[in-house]
Order: sequence, then C-alpha cells, then structure tokens
Amino acid sequence: MVQLRSVTKSFGGSSAAVQDISFHLRKGEFAFLTGDSGAGKTTVLKLIHMLHRPTSGEVRVSRYSSSRIRRRDLPGLRRRVGYIFQDFRLLENLTAEENVAFALEVTGMPRAKIGPRVQKLLSQVGLAARAQAFPRELSGGEQQRVAVARALANEPLVLLADEPTGNLDERASAGVFGLFQKINASGTSVLMATHDAELIRRHRDVRVIELEQGRLVFDSAGETE
Amino acid sequence: MRALREAMSGIRRAPVLTLLSVMAIGLSVFSIGLFALTAHNIDVALSDVEGRVEVVAYLRDDASEEQIAIARHEIESFPEVESARYVSKVEALYEASRELTEFSDVYSDLEVNPLPASLEIRLEPDHRTPDDVEAVADRVSAYQFVEEARYGREWVDRIYSLRRVAGGAAAILGISFATGAALLIGIAVRMSVLARSREIAIMQTVGATDGYIRRPFLVEGLVTGLAGGLLALGLTWGSYEAVQRTLVSLAWLPVPWTAAGLAFAGILGMLAAGRAVRRELRRLDVH
Ligand SMILES: Nc1ncnc2c1ncn2[C@@H]1O[C@H](COP(=O)(O)OP(=O)(O)O)[C@@H](O)[C@H]1O
Ligand SMILES: [Mg+2]
Repeated sequence: MVQLRSVTKSFGGSSAAVQDISFHLRKGEFAFLTGDSGAGKTTVLKLIHMLHRPTSGEVRVSRYSSSRIRRRDLPGLRRRVGYIFQDFRLLENLTAEENVAFALEVTGMPRAKIGPRVQKLLSQVGLAARAQAFPRELSGGEQQRVAVARALANEPLVLLADEPTGNLDERASAGVFGLFQKINASGTSVLMATHDAELIRRHRDVRVIELEQGRLVFDSAGETE
Repeated sequence: MRALREAMSGIRRAPVLTLLSVMAIGLSVFSIGLFALTAHNIDVALSDVEGRVEVVAYLRDDASEEQIAIARHEIESFPEVESARYVSKVEALYEASRELTEFSDVYSDLEVNPLPASLEIRLEPDHRTPDDVEAVADRVSAYQFVEEARYGREWVDRIYSLRRVAGGAAAILGISFATGAALLIGIAVRMSVLARSREIAIMQTVGATDGYIRRPFLVEGLVTGLAGGLLALGLTWGSYEAVQRTLVSLAWLPVPWTAAGLAFAGILGMLAAGRAVRRELRRLDVH
C-alpha cells in the first residue's frame, strides 16, 4: 500500500535527511514512526505525500510511484493520503466546519453534499458542537481534531500524522491517539510520527519504525525489504 | 463566486501594482486603438475614393462614332467594368465650364474646342483595387484611337502605404506596451500568490488541482485586463473627440472592433496571470 524502497532524500547538505530507507505499510496497518528530533520523520511523511521527491529510490502509494508520477496526478494522490501537519495548518479566517469543507470544495464536490459530510466528519472526531468556532477559539486538541477531520474528508487510504500529540497534554494526547485507533479500525492505514517514548511504551502491540540520523535502525515488523 | 471574491482581495492587497498593470494594459491597447481609429478612417476615406475610382480614356479627335460605340460595348463586357460612359467633346467643354466657372468666359470665346472626347469607365465595387485599375487602363490603352488612359493609381497607392506605416508603428508600440503590461501583471499576481502561499500549500495538500488554485488568479488577471481595456477605450475616445473638435471630422470605431479590443485586453491580463501563477505553483510544490 505504502512502500519505500531504498529511499534517500538529500537537501544538498553534508548528510542526507533520509538515507536508504525501506519499509512497507500494509492496508489497514497502524505504525509509529519514531526517532529523535531531526531523525527524518517529517521528511519520510512528506516523501509519502509526495511533497518531496526522493533523491534516489522509490516511494509507492497505492498505484502511484514517485518515479513515474506526473504533476497532474498529484491531487489524486493527495486525496488518498490524509496529512496532519505538526502545526495543524488550519486557515485562521475560516471556522472549524469551513476548514473541513474547504478540503471537499477543492475536489469539486457539489455544495449540497458538502454540508452533511462535514457534519458527519466533525461528529466522528467529536467536535460537532464546535463547528462554528474559529481556530483561535479552539484548544490545541480541538484544532488537532479539526485537522484530522479535514485529513479524513476525502476518505484517504492512509493517514499520515506528524507528531499529533506533540503539543498536547497527556489527556488530550490519549484522546487523539484513541481517535486514530478508531479511524484505523475502520480500515484506514495510519502512520504516526512521534518521539513520545511514553506513548509507544503504552501501546506495545503497535508496530514501531525507528529512525536515527536519517537511517532506519529498527522495525518491529522485522522487514526491511 | 469564490474565485471572484478572492481575485478582489488579491487586487486590494496590492492596489498600486494593480493600478500600474491597468495603466500598462491601457496604454498598450490605447496604441492599438489609435491605429484602429486611423486605419478605420483611412478605410472610410478609401471606400469613398474607391467609389469614384474610374479610368478615363481620352479619345483621339479622328475616332469615328461607330468605332467608339463598338469599343464602349466591348469595354462594358470586361468583368471588372461596371459601366462606360461616353463624354463627347461638347459635353466635356460644358462640364469643364460648369465645374471651373472662373474659366467659363475663356471657354465660350474658344473657336476650336481643345478638350478631347472620353470614355469614363467605372469599375465593379470588388474590382476597385490598384491592380485591377491598372489592368483595365492597360487594356483600354490598346485601342488605337485611345490617346491616353488615366487613373488615380498613385494616390490610392499612397493611402495604402500610409495605412501600412501606421499599422507598423502601432504594432511596435502595442507590442512593447503589452510586454510591459504582461510583466507588471506577472509581478502583481506573483505577489498575490506569495501573500496566499500558506493557503495555497494547504490547498495542494488536501488535493486541489492546479486549475482550482489558479482560477482566482486568472480572474484577477482578467479583471485587471478589462480595466486596462476600458482605460484604453476612454483614451481612444478622448483622442477621437479631440481630433474631431479641432481638426477633421472622423468616424468612430465599429462596435465589433471595440469589443475585440476589450476582449484582447482581458485575455492579455488572463494569460499574463496564468503564466505567473503556473510558475509560482511549480515552485511551491514538489521539491
Ligand atoms: N526542506 C528542507 N531543506 C533542508 N533541510 C531539511 C529540509 N527538511 C528537513 N531538512 C533536514 O533534514 C533532517 C531531518 O529533518 P526532519 O525530517 O524534519 O526530522 P524530524 O521530523 O524527525 O525532526 C534535518 O537535519 C533537517 O534539518
Ligand atoms: Mg518533524
């Protein structure tokens, strides 16, 4: 489903941000992508979202391949890969529901369909009551949920989350993690970047892929194909 | 609707640059407008002249009435010829004395009529071109009793070449202003893109197509272009009025021409914006 094959990404510095990484995230699978700050987690997520192109190697997502994808195919890929940024990236001048609706409008979905779908997404993330609130009126955890609802809007095959619990207290963090598990249970693969060792320890059954200075040093699924 | 609203906010964000773009497009289309006005009025004048284009064949005094009647018939059967009118020596004198009244005394005193008889040959409307006029004149000169065939070729040629010169000058001016306008619109649009780069990046990550992202910028370019077109229309009208009042009376441009000018300005604005935004989108995305 999501497959990295000997992927190296260099930004032109002395050492590559990501070096010779291979792993395979299967359909419906949940995995932590862990490592210290600067290890290359965000770079890996952006490679999967094809915001970055690998310097060498290949990233495959569903039927898309980083070595063959054309610019006009990117929107299609992006709709199948939900991305939750570390800083949420909500539009400040739009309400929670407008932020979610935005992801549907850009795909050309008819207006009549958007309203009900947005309500459904917001209740799925437990935010139906705050639909009219602007991002500045929401807590970090609530903003995170809006970002999740937006990432889910186009029914992605895989959800990429970049340190979603990084800025949250323990309670909110547990809530967001529970939400990801619920989403995963409905069939969406989830790859969650985090350097929260405590969270990983608490969920020993979840696959862990660990990076260190751009290299893959551990994969609990034991495969480095 | 979204596209229009966002285009307006783009324009509000950089009003000076937008104004400069409007002025550049305005000047560009204005120089084309001045040419169009000149060309149109030359056309009007030409069709006036062309209506009078005729070949006059002066006949020798020894030509017989019979010969002339046959020749008149033959000439009228030329495909280019509409009619051929015989003007006798007497009629020629009469017309001359009527047109040139100051000489009428001289004419009446003449013992011998010095004016030749002639055939006045009018051409069919679609044959009133310099080439056809020359061809007819050549054929008519071939009759042995024709002394000389005259036509206004040089004059017609001069008007045509004047039109070409005006066209060339307008093209050079128009193209240089259009290039400047495209550059300015490019800068304005690039600034709009930068001001909205965060929003654009978010649109790209949720899977918006380039077309969707581009639309508001295209509308911004279109609005700027149309505003420039209206400015050009105003300037052209002003020049027309000024010449009209002080120099000669002119014909105003046909409606399809002004519509084409406006459309050209709008499309120029849209193309310039499209080019700029395409380049910026490439820069913002995959790397
Ligand atoms: N756009 C970029 N340009 C240059 N260097 C980058 C860029 N993105 C990331 N890097 C570098 O790549 C390395 C990995 O960064 P990142 O993937 O953000 O790590 P993490 O998310 O694990 O903290 C870092 O050394 C970082 O400075
Ligand atoms: Mg990171």
